[in-house]
Amino acid sequence: MSSELNHLLSLASAGKMSRRDFVGRAGALGVSTAVAGTMLSTAAFADTPVKGGLLRAGMQGGESTNTLDPALAASDVPFMINSTWGETLVDVELNGTLGLRVAEEVSSNADATQWMFKIRKGVEYHNGATLTAEDVVATLKRHTDDKAQSGAQGIVKGITDMKAEGDMVTLTLAAGNADLPFLMADYHLVIQPGGGVDNPAAGIGSGAYKIVEHEPGVRAAFEKHANYWDSSRGHADQVEILTINDNTARTAAIQAGQIHLMNRIDPKIVELLKGNTDVAIERAAGPGHYVFIMRCNAAPFDNNDLRMALKMSVNRQEMVDKILGGMGSRGNDFPINAAYPLFDDSIAQREYDAAAAADFYKKSGHDGSPILLQVAPGAFPGAVEAAQLFQASANAAGIPLQVKLEPDDGYWSNVWNVSPFCASYWGGRPVQDQMYSTAYLSTAEWNDTAFKDAHFDEVMIAARGELDQTKRKGMYSEMANILRDTGGLICPMFNDWVEGRRNEVGGWIANPAGTLMNGKAMSMCWLNA
Amino acid sequence: MHPLIKLVAQRIALGLILLLAVSVVIFLGVEMLPGDTAQAILGQSATAESLANLRESLGLNQSATTRYFNWLGHALQGDLGKALTNQQDIAHAIGQRLGNTLFLAACAGIIAVPMAITLGLIAARYNGRWPDKAISGVTLAMISLPEFVAAYFVIFLLTQVIPILQPVSMVFPGMGLFEKLHAVALPVIVLVMVVLAHMMRMTRAAILNVMQSAYIETAELKGLSPMQVIWRHAMPNAVAPIISVVVINLAYLVVGVVVVEVVFSYNALGQYLVDHVAKRDLPVVQAVGIIFAAVYIGLNILADLIGIIANPRLRHPK
Repeated sequence: MSSELNHLLSLASAGKMSRRDFVGRAGALGVSTAVAGTMLSTAAFADTPVKGGLLRAGMQGGESTNTLDPALAASDVPFMINSTWGETLVDVELNGTLGLRVAEEVSSNADATQWMFKIRKGVEYHNGATLTAEDVVATLKRHTDDKAQSGAQGIVKGITDMKAEGDMVTLTLAAGNADLPFLMADYHLVIQPGGGVDNPAAGIGSGAYKIVEHEPGVRAAFEKHANYWDSSRGHADQVEILTINDNTARTAAIQAGQIHLMNRIDPKIVELLKGNTDVAIERAAGPGHYVFIMRCNAAPFDNNDLRMALKMSVNRQEMVDKILGGMGSRGNDFPINAAYPLFDDSIAQREYDAAAAADFYKKSGHDGSPILLQVAPGAFPGAVEAAQLFQASANAAGIPLQVKLEPDDGYWSNVWNVSPFCASYWGGRPVQDQMYSTAYLSTAEWNDTAFKDAHFDEVMIAARGELDQTKRKGMYSEMANILRDTGGLICPMFNDWVEGRRNEVGGWIANPAGTLMNGKAMSMCWLNA
Repeated sequence: MHPLIKLVAQRIALGLILLLAVSVVIFLGVEMLPGDTAQAILGQSATAESLANLRESLGLNQSATTRYFNWLGHALQGDLGKALTNQQDIAHAIGQRLGNTLFLAACAGIIAVPMAITLGLIAARYNGRWPDKAISGVTLAMISLPEFVAAYFVIFLLTQVIPILQPVSMVFPGMGLFEKLHAVALPVIVLVMVVLAHMMRMTRAAILNVMQSAYIETAELKGLSPMQVIWRHAMPNAVAPIISVVVINLAYLVVGVVVVEVVFSYNALGQYLVDHVAKRDLPVVQAVGIIFAAVYIGLNILADLIGIIANPRLRHPK
């Protein structure tokens, strides 16, 4: 099915497009009326939301060390839990568009240095208090504070002044940034009463569900927030998010009906699950990618010919097929794909070319000693196998690549961002600027490839304030090419989200911005009786 | 003082000294692991600034000795402190999870111990004949299976092929006893499979050992049935080694079942400990480590004492 059709279908099943519109537009894509009708009814279109029931998700990525403080959220389960009890100013909807949540209007001045957010009236917290513009400013301040330990600290750094007046929040930036609203969709920036300064882990927010019980790493139980402002969300009476880290147990649980939704289906078992009539496999092509990172300032990776040799010696298609089970797409050595607005799809796809790799390797003058690639099973699912495939294809080109296995424990502190060549992953960001400024700006805190290019930085800063989208697209294309041909990033594949949904769950919309409908599955799905 | 009471007091004192030593070893062990709590909490999203902030607020800037004695001082007053990672009260969190650990161990123990001993007696009675061979074969096959394989096998069998049980075993306060028993049925089955063979083999071996004695022959000549001989005459003299193996297995059911906990997402102490080791959350690791050590040491003392009481030669040392 074409992606356009998929998109229409999900809009229609979510009630965002009428049945007549769907049939009409599907017809334009060459689908007959009868077929379009059938597609709709099978796509859970009996779709007036059903109220009530207990909706349960089982997820990987939670630990008993988790907290409800949104500033410290890092893995999938806390992300999901916080997205269920809390709300941000805006969020990222399907196709990378901006959705308005706590803010009901967003505007800026001409050079994008000042942004105004009008706060929605009558948004109520679970404790009965009303959400105010002051809360929004206090929340942002808590995350920008020098003493903050927030994962969003870098994101909100460029804001020089925040002001609350009546129901308006005004943010002033040091330099123009056309993407600022997208930064406010970051999952750490959940609006809390008083900014959450007094008790950051209270779990009191303005989301569709209020938390009634939380045992970290085990279960979070919620009930519906009676005074939630948005009647199109919050269908089930109760929801639960269970941490089930074991793949087999999670899969068995959804098959047995103990849970209704699950994240991270192992690509290896997708084929087996297809035989199950109770469980649908939901895929969403997102910005997340698996990478091998070379530090451009460490020998031998300070030599671009050697970097090119390694980039040419990856068999990307093989990795997509074998590591992702076909559920993903090939990467092109820059961290952007079609999931981003302003993506330039005319940049040539890099292919495996052993001869070219051998030429580059010869040109680099490398002494032939083993080139170590450090990898741990937890770097990304299938990381070790991917590294072994890389080793085999590189060795075939005469490059002495050698995989060195590291333990998961301590990998992110001792190997990643430290060792000259290792495996890692990125979840992606809603907009290009955010991805580039997080990891490829010379001064970026997480510049894990130690890539420093003054011209690249200049273009990035200029693109930020550029409101002409055509010019901006050209700038991003230039940056992508620089990174592709001189950077330290080897990006063999973008991984799809592969998730499970029992057929009685309605309201599913594939949103690739994050796991389980970008964290909104509990609030937007319902249980068909 | 009765020598037995003196003995108990000695053992307990020794146990306490051991516990203190264990706390030092755990502390040093966690200290030696590369990376620290702040780094582990922030993971891939750490920045130099947020790391420094977090270290300061967690008190990681103090020296290791200061931190150890701080911890010890508070622990001796019964204050286990708060988890560094999420500021949860450790005593509260452990209380709940320890309850779950003991519940699972008790359910498995209540089934496994009598079953193992009975099977051991039957195997001894029919030594070398088919019941013996069948019992030994089946239990040895089960113990040879890694726990997680056994776990996946029963998940497949009892939740997919015959869907009567649930694959995820979490229990919560507020669940009724029957509900809880239904939830833990699968892990209990796996644990029984895992511990059965060891205890069964020891029972069988101990009984057979005693059966060589002359007084057994006397009992047989008296005309007692084989089962009566085993139960009345062989068993009392074989009890010490059996008890010690039973106790080791009970200790294992409490402290060693983290793999089973993970597979069934059972919220007990093992998973709690592993998560906090990964984050270098020292106060939690210390507290859980001490509890595990105490269970182990305590049960071993118990086994010693039962062994001594059961054996007149040890009971009245000359």
